[in-house]
Amino acid sequence: MTISRRGFLQKSGSLVVTFSLASLASRAQTTPAPPSAAQPSVGAPPPPPVDGFIAIGADGKVTVFSGKVDLGTGVRTAIAQIAAEELTVPFTSVEVIQGDTLLTPDQGVTFGSLSIQNGGTQIRLAAATAREALLGKAAEKLGVPRTELTIHDGRIEAKGSGKGVTYAELVGGKKLEIKLDPKAPLKDTESYSIVGKPVPRLDIPGKVTGRFMYMQDFKREGMVHARVIRPAGVKASLESFDDAAAKKIPGFLTTVRRGNFLAVVAKNEWAAIKASRAVKAKWSDWAGLPDGSKIWEWLRQVKVNKDEVLQKAGDVAGPIKAAKKLTATYDFAIHTHGSIGPSCAVAEAKDGKITVWTASQATHLLQRQLALMLGLKDAEVRCIYIDGSGCYGRNGHEDAAADAVLIALEVKKPVRVQWSRADEHGWDPKGPPTLHDFRASLDEGGMPVSWESEVFLPDRPAKISCALVGAQLSGLPTDVPSGHPGGVQQSLAIAYSVPNVKVTAHWLDETPFRASWIRTPGRMQNTYANESFIDECAAAAGIDPLDYRRRLLKDPRGLELLDRLAKLANWTPRAKGSARGGGEVVTGRGMSYVKYELVRTYVGVVADVEVNRKTGAVKVKKFYIAHDCGQIINPDGVRNQLEGNVVQTTSRVLFEQLTFDRSKVTSLDWATYPILTFPDAPAVAIDLIDRPKEVPWGAGEPTAAVVPAAIANAIYDATGARLRSVPFTPNKVLAALKG
Amino acid sequence: MPTTIAFRLNGKATRLRVDDPQMPLLYALRNDLGLQGPRFGCGLGQCGACTVHVDGEAVRSCVTPVAAIKGRKVVTLEGLGTPEHPDPLQQAFIDEQAVQCGYCINGMIMQAKAMLNANPHPTEDQIRQELAQNLCRCGTHVRIVRAIQRASGGDAK
Ligand code: FES
Ligand code: FES
Repeated sequence: MTISRRGFLQKSGSLVVTFSLASLASRAQTTPAPPSAAQPSVGAPPPPPVDGFIAIGADGKVTVFSGKVDLGTGVRTAIAQIAAEELTVPFTSVEVIQGDTLLTPDQGVTFGSLSIQNGGTQIRLAAATAREALLGKAAEKLGVPRTELTIHDGRIEAKGSGKGVTYAELVGGKKLEIKLDPKAPLKDTESYSIVGKPVPRLDIPGKVTGRFMYMQDFKREGMVHARVIRPAGVKASLESFDDAAAKKIPGFLTTVRRGNFLAVVAKNEWAAIKASRAVKAKWSDWAGLPDGSKIWEWLRQVKVNKDEVLQKAGDVAGPIKAAKKLTATYDFAIHTHGSIGPSCAVAEAKDGKITVWTASQATHLLQRQLALMLGLKDAEVRCIYIDGSGCYGRNGHEDAAADAVLIALEVKKPVRVQWSRADEHGWDPKGPPTLHDFRASLDEGGMPVSWESEVFLPDRPAKISCALVGAQLSGLPTDVPSGHPGGVQQSLAIAYSVPNVKVTAHWLDETPFRASWIRTPGRMQNTYANESFIDECAAAAGIDPLDYRRRLLKDPRGLELLDRLAKLANWTPRAKGSARGGGEVVTGRGMSYVKYELVRTYVGVVADVEVNRKTGAVKVKKFYIAHDCGQIINPDGVRNQLEGNVVQTTSRVLFEQLTFDRSKVTSLDWATYPILTFPDAPAVAIDLIDRPKEVPWGAGEPTAAVVPAAIANAIYDATGARLRSVPFTPNKVLAALKG
Repeated sequence: MPTTIAFRLNGKATRLRVDDPQMPLLYALRNDLGLQGPRFGCGLGQCGACTVHVDGEAVRSCVTPVAAIKGRKVVTLEGLGTPEHPDPLQQAFIDEQAVQCGYCINGMIMQAKAMLNANPHPTEDQIRQELAQNLCRCGTHVRIVRAIQRASGGDAK
């Protein structure tokens, strides 16, 4: 692998800053390190040192190799901005190559809003290392001390003399390889001209004209098309199949069976679709899913593997003088990722080696999973990232890749697998059902003296992990290297100072569907419960909910954020939620706040809603967001993310839930799993707090965490009814109104 | 029954031989005619990702049999403009940065373009109603509406 990577880089003269994980680890001690709990542990074990983060070519062009992939979040543009800024070259001279296991370093899975915080920081250092090396060379060449040099658009000049030399000239035809210097001096953020600016995204012109190539557009010479035929029940076995009718379809090539994995292959896509419908498969009866109408009762009786105390202060069991006690239970339905483009992959098997083109957010993890499935060495599997439809976590991209590999091994041709809409809705791994119990005691003044929360979540080890569905169906190894659904216990611990606190996770032995991380995994559900319950406490105390939170916070950054939120939303204190206006349609506003995982981005929101008391319909009119993610790389990119978080999560909260019978998922399209449409999209107002001297935290997820409770609290403000079960469908709203 | 279908595609006379005239137009465009503006999202007429213009109307190419376009004029996203010479609506999407993953954007632009041709100055409410059958999962709605307002000379702040 190393040789091939070198080969790639040696095509022309270049200066390459190489990088190994060891040098990053030493740096981690000198910069504010990201909390270890926030690190996705999915990427372990550590890969061998890899070459090349940044290469400057003889033509002065800069290439950044990034293990982080874009996922439609604009990370590619942000990474190019970071590299261009630190190198002091024009933004347009930077190209970013992403997620090819042969070319890019393993920076871990793209999730957890960590792309910029981790990946971007590494690239900044690599760029600084390169710039320093070039400055050294320029000083020699120009015969001028380094302190006398300035850089402008990739040209190093001697102050005042006009003498200068470009990066391209310095690199020349030579190949220079230097190691990343973890102590390389970083540019003063005051001098920034690219980072912190709303640079237009690189991919957009191609995306609005049909020029941009998505995974779904990728083609290989001699490629054939496949469709997978899904079992009638999640764990049903294939008893027999009859493909006689499929064989009559022009273009049909073959049927592939491996255990319960069944697929058809054809010369063209339409023939593959028709053939998949023409095959008659006989599946065993399987009805092992719980009763969907009693999912929460079912969850409560699942075996608990382990209780984990996530936060503890004082003694919640000790003698506590309480003027008031509160309890509440919250639940959050099973959700799908709901990508607009179903997953797709192309695979090729040649000379014992596998190549897969994939929109996976985790090409290195996928590489390991595929190698394990097939009993190959990691190096015998290459995964190349191509942008797909937005995935918002681990959707079906990885599974489509496994499907394509399994079929490619049989047909010895490049195979494209395009999942159908029903495949994606039915078989992507799901956001698991999440249940919370809360108890609090309030003192005379209404402030909490004890706070207890418990969450029921699928256990993390291999037993409930993100196995590849193709491996499961074909009976091949499904081990996931320390894979688990994304640290879903995060953000249940609270930032509020309460003297007695106990926060516990009950790790369950079972969950109905393959669980994976959906955007803001666990943090969305946990923050929904926390911020709903704190609102219930404030209402019980008769104190304005924003003021209540202020009284419980000490963190000045959090307090400043709440002030800015109040100003942005023109918040008027309300002592107690009460129906405002007695008509059929009533309005209300609610708020919610989080310090993400207690250690990252601060975000607070206010939601304005309208509730129709006759129909139970809720309409979210507007969201106000105050957001502090430290240093902002691209403010317009951040805004785009925040707006997306608000709209997507409003959809989750008002409309979405997976439906299933005892055998299978039954919400297999957009009619049975509706999502928010244009008439329901709320307006969004944003106050971005930029702190150029602080660590850049992520913006891809935190806002989703605060959306659900803000809506629930606004409904309470409008009607006096508490909604404690997501989604807030009209039926549930009507039931809550009846009380 | 293999058939040849003649129609106009992005302004050019086109003849296409297909095995099955019932094949949805989407697959002909994407796999036989080398286009990638129209996208596969559901194949059920529910999401709008596959939208193209047939004789100026926005239609779902995933549920339109290729036989139905015989003798008609089909325009795809590529037929509106290019990165070098974008259509004003495409330019408005660039100006408003109204894309996240962009998978739905073909449908948004094609649907909105057909509306603007008939009604050059829609209200915000009309825009939202027109796009009510076009799904976006990234939550780019706010920007998409702004881009269409901008292209219509309306109030895009
Ligand atoms: S792909 Fe045609 S409407 Fe969804
Ligand atoms: S931008 Fe991703 S689906 Fe609309």
